[in-house]
Amino acid sequence: MAAKQAKQFDPVKTLHSIEEQFEMFQILNEEGEIVNKDADPNLSDDQLTELMTRMVYTRILDQRSISLNRQGRLGFYAPTAGQEASQLASHFALEKEDFILPGYRDVPQLIFHGLPLHMAFLWSRGHYLGSAFPEGLNVLFPQIIIGAQYIQAAGVALGFQKRGIKAVAMTYTGDGGTSQGDFYEGINFAGAYRSPAIFVIQNNQYAISTPREMQTAAKTLAQKGIAAGIPSILVDGMDALAVYAATRDARERAVNGEGPTLIETMCYRYGPHTMAGDDPTRYRTSDTDTEWEKRDPLIRFRKYLEGKGIWNEEKENEVIERAKEDIKEAIKKADAAPKQKVTDFMKIMYKGDMPSNLQEQFELYTEKESK
Amino acid sequence: MAQMTMIQAITDAMRSELKNDENVLVFGEDVGVNGGVFRATEGLQKEFGEERVFDTPLAESGIGGLAVGLTLTGFRPVMEIQFFGFLFEVIDSISGQLARQSFRTGGRFNAPVTIRSPFGGGVATPEMHADSFEGIVASQPGLTVVIPSTPYDAKGLLISAIRDENPVVFLEHMKLYRSFRQEVPEEAYTIPLGKADVKREGTDLSIITYGAMVHESLKAAEALEKEGHSVEVVDLRTVQPLDIETIIASVEKTNRAIVVQEAQKQAGIAANVVSEITERAILSLEAPVLRVTAPDTVYPFAQGENAWLPDAKDIIETAKKVLTF
Repeated sequence: MAAKQAKQFDPVKTLHSIEEQFEMFQILNEEGEIVNKDADPNLSDDQLTELMTRMVYTRILDQRSISLNRQGRLGFYAPTAGQEASQLASHFALEKEDFILPGYRDVPQLIFHGLPLHMAFLWSRGHYLGSAFPEGLNVLFPQIIIGAQYIQAAGVALGFQKRGIKAVAMTYTGDGGTSQGDFYEGINFAGAYRSPAIFVIQNNQYAISTPREMQTAAKTLAQKGIAAGIPSILVDGMDALAVYAATRDARERAVNGEGPTLIETMCYRYGPHTMAGDDPTRYRTSDTDTEWEKRDPLIRFRKYLEGKGIWNEEKENEVIERAKEDIKEAIKKADAAPKQKVTDFMKIMYKGDMPSNLQEQFELYTEKESK
Repeated sequence: MAQMTMIQAITDAMRSELKNDENVLVFGEDVGVNGGVFRATEGLQKEFGEERVFDTPLAESGIGGLAVGLTLTGFRPVMEIQFFGFLFEVIDSISGQLARQSFRTGGRFNAPVTIRSPFGGGVATPEMHADSFEGIVASQPGLTVVIPSTPYDAKGLLISAIRDENPVVFLEHMKLYRSFRQEVPEEAYTIPLGKADVKREGTDLSIITYGAMVHESLKAAEALEKEGHSVEVVDLRTVQPLDIETIIASVEKTNRAIVVQEAQKQAGIAANVVSEITERAILSLEAPVLRVTAPDTVYPFAQGENAWLPDAKDIIETAKKVLTF
């Protein structure tokens, strides 16, 4: 009798049966072949070309940003190479009216949502005008406090819902971010209100140096959505088609009033955590790097597009040249930004009148800065 | 005019602003059907509907994040933190996010959020409920911190807070919720933030205080009056920013001051007030400016709180030291 009861109430079995269902969703394999034809989002040739263009552009932007950082011409920078499919194919499923709440590595999505490149550079340098984003651009600044963007996304999504706006709040964090309380609160709030949010976990395997296995006993990060009662999916984050299809599907559900989705994209960051002294050789082996590089999102997408006859070296070189040109121009523009003044900071602290304490200090600094 | 308790005046202020502006939303734990654990939101969901007055899951950080997100879609959240003792669960949303939102967006997305929360001691709550954490939020640039001491002030200040374009922490002393009634106009009115109020005029000593200590100070002033001392009581009402003008005018008139707060000596607003007085009016002073505060321990458990909280007796004692210096 005791044995029978133990079988009926087997929490270990429950766990395993849930975990087993989180197989990695893939459409395009490492060779650039469609392996899941039924799920193919059937993007047009123009769309496929545009997505490839964005990924190549971003790879160049990453390489240039790293060298600009080393030259002291950029400040804070979190490398993106390896995550292009995860970042740009998820963004590719969005519309302009959708609102993005990014993590600090998610600058490429902001750029393709409409952020002028020179502002991204100013943000990197630590100039206040770098986060004075233009009106109408539906994004928040890259979040620094890990997880905070998840609860804020639940708020934006609830706002859209209350206003009857058919748009989604899209937010990104990493594998480490899923350990934060705010991660759970965010997916739980959006789930409870059935708000139109898409939560992306870019699982690039390391939170700075801490490996994914150290973060949690959970076999997948996607399964964390189950506890919040929201649809959740594990996606090959090096496969642009799978990332796109999963996000488009999530967006459709969200704007149809069916609530949020959690997407885990399995990917890898080739570079360091940031350019501020992180050395990946302390916590990763080159064998692991090589293994992931074989799954590179650009290589497989390039093969796929070349197979369709819609991509070639010439096209790729055009994109590379354009990216380099844009970067040069944007750096020039960033260099022309005015020198920052303390009175500028004071002016943007509050809308309307400054409080009396700051007003008094404003007068002091105005005098100081006029000397 | 109606006779209202402070909590009724607070409900009335929210009702007024829910009517006044459709972008105002009221939310928090148990604020809907239940009307809040203190009944501050009593009847509001019924009157304005679940879209505008709603419960949240039990997570303070989530409530703060929800407020941030709602401002990005043009709403004016009035969020309730059930007890301010839970501040540490939501401190990133308040001090890390809302307070910096205007700055971090170059002024594009201001954060017109009112953070309402019961605080303060003397009502025998479970531990971690009664702390006076105003000093923590007052030290964060970007936040205005308001603490009313009367029903009339509570309504006018809360309406101002909700209409303010920047985040305002509005702290409601639990002991004052139902301690007395006062005439409160039924129509909407505002009391400017950042303005203190002289609750009692006097010429020999200024007591500068806020919150529940306003009433202890008034009691002390009355007792001192009987001994021939004319005592002025200044109610700060807004503890960040301080109303320097009113504080200094009072001190320059009386030449003697004490600062009274319910918070621990190391934790509150009083040190700021003393600094401002010494920076601006030291030559007017006939005596050192002393403080009456709680001692620097953590807030005690319920049965010990009355031994710990400062009261009129402590105020009288310190006032006499200054008066006879």
